[in-house]
Amino acid sequence: MTARFDCREAFAESLLALAAADPRIIAVTNDSVGSSNLKAFQRRFPDRLVNVGIAEQDMVGISAGLAGAGKIPFVCGASCFLTARALEQIKVDLAYSRHNVKLCGVSPGLAYGPLGATHHSIEDVAWLRAIAGVTVIVPADPAETAQAVAAAAAVDGPVFVRVSRHPVPAVHAEGYEFRIGRAVTLREGADVTLVAHGIMVCRALEAAALLTADGIDAAVVNMSTVRPIDEQAVIDAARRGPIVTLEEHTTLGGLGSAVAEVVVCHQPTRMRLLGVPGVFAPTGPVEFLLEHFGLTPPRIREAVREFVSGRG
Amino acid sequence: MSKPVSIYMQTHPSSAGADVAALARIARAIRISSLQMVHRARMGHPGGDLSAADILAVLYFNVLRVDPASPRDPGRDRFILSKGHCSAVLYAVLAEAGFLPREQLLDFMQPLSMLNGHPDRTKVPGVEANTGPLGHGLPVGVGSALAAKMDAAPWRTFVLTGDGELQEGSNWEAAMAASHFRLDNLAVIVDRNGLQLDDTTERTMGLEPLADRWRAFGWAVAEVDGHDIAALAERLSVLPLERGRPSCVIARTHKGRGVSFMEDNVEWHHRVPTGQELARALAELNGAAR
Repeated sequence: MTARFDCREAFAESLLALAAADPRIIAVTNDSVGSSNLKAFQRRFPDRLVNVGIAEQDMVGISAGLAGAGKIPFVCGASCFLTARALEQIKVDLAYSRHNVKLCGVSPGLAYGPLGATHHSIEDVAWLRAIAGVTVIVPADPAETAQAVAAAAAVDGPVFVRVSRHPVPAVHAEGYEFRIGRAVTLREGADVTLVAHGIMVCRALEAAALLTADGIDAAVVNMSTVRPIDEQAVIDAARRGPIVTLEEHTTLGGLGSAVAEVVVCHQPTRMRLLGVPGVFAPTGPVEFLLEHFGLTPPRIREAVREFVSGRG
Repeated sequence: MSKPVSIYMQTHPSSAGADVAALARIARAIRISSLQMVHRARMGHPGGDLSAADILAVLYFNVLRVDPASPRDPGRDRFILSKGHCSAVLYAVLAEAGFLPREQLLDFMQPLSMLNGHPDRTKVPGVEANTGPLGHGLPVGVGSALAAKMDAAPWRTFVLTGDGELQEGSNWEAAMAASHFRLDNLAVIVDRNGLQLDDTTERTMGLEPLADRWRAFGWAVAEVDGHDIAALAERLSVLPLERGRPSCVIARTHKGRGVSFMEDNVEWHHRVPTGQELARALAELNGAAR
């Protein structure tokens, strides 16, 4: 079986390397040094890690103040609390104020499975991409996570990076170069395009492999940047045929919606949105929940087959 | 209108150096400007503008080390107006201090104006934080003061909050952080006018004992008459109140101060003066000048 990785490791290594090269980079966290994998950062740069305690509104406001004095804060915390609790601070103190702050939403989506819906973060992409001026990135594997963190540092303005916890295999070939706003086709296919991001990319690839047995030639596109979205990649997919989106997120307002916005305006085609269908997820381990919502490769295969044949 | 007093970038401001009469003229000028702006825009928050006018005059003309010729100087003091709805008086004092032309005040809240109803740092020189929703200024101020500490830089951070907005919990998260990080380069001034939108603070959601609450959060606290310019100048010139602690200055003020029919009247939180009311208000303010 292919090795799988928790993207938090690549995230932490990348942040540490960036901090070593640029003294303006600091980490800000809410009692999440361990869960954000910041222990090495703390050891190496104890004076550049600000732990505000369990206070997300304060964490984001403080980061705006730090940025106003020339620091580049990477705000690291569980995505559910960082985005929901501090949403007004993200809107006003960061985005509207155009502060150069990076938001690292750790353990997003269904990662905290058994802890329940309070800890699931299946709305964060929808919330963040609705706010003007926020770049939203959902990396698919460790290499892309590391590069997304570096790319975020290089952009002047607020960036949200979703840092996945549920282990994923490497989906990109050696030498892959991530660029903000550029989708990448990981598999060519003529019948249908699976557009995914985050931990759903590896599942889309597995499903596409299974679909060959059904005579369905599925393309897979990694749409790691949700905003600004790669419109041309969506249009190209829509020209080929129908599109199925896959996200570890509610299907209201996330990747599926972002793709659909481009499709309806530029190149109408049939779509199917796979994800959490607008409900609170029940309790259970991540793999159980993915199965529950039909997000495992065999279930995705089934859904795509029905959709392509016009029955889904 | 009075001429601006140019005392920027002074290294050691002290009450002894404060020209109280000149500061009083500035306070009167920004009261007049802010009322004219609200009248013209047919929208605004005159009650809180007037309660903060003396504090702002003292800050900008006797305390803050800021330079309108270089509003983004990395070594400047930071001032954050957390009660962002009182933007009219902020713009008025920024104009007096030379950050924007006085004529621009006519543009307050006009379509596409950079002088939005709540201040926007990306548009207005001298504005440090986009405020409006309450309880945002102090956390930003804590981050600002923390950055100065990290860099061992001498510049200071001042935050002016309303009193009603202290009902927002985010302030107390920030209050806890400020003392935890020993930010004695941070000062909060509370515009303690006792009124919020609908009613008194104490009938709405009591804040007292306010000084004890700040002390309990690890702050050094002083109280001052927020309309006594000499007292304000003295108090704000000898910060921090205590080494190693953030400073909280509770300025006892009156909403609508300077205009008899607005004073301590909750109705004037966001009522707009008619032409006749404006004329009466300006006559009172100008009368006080004689």
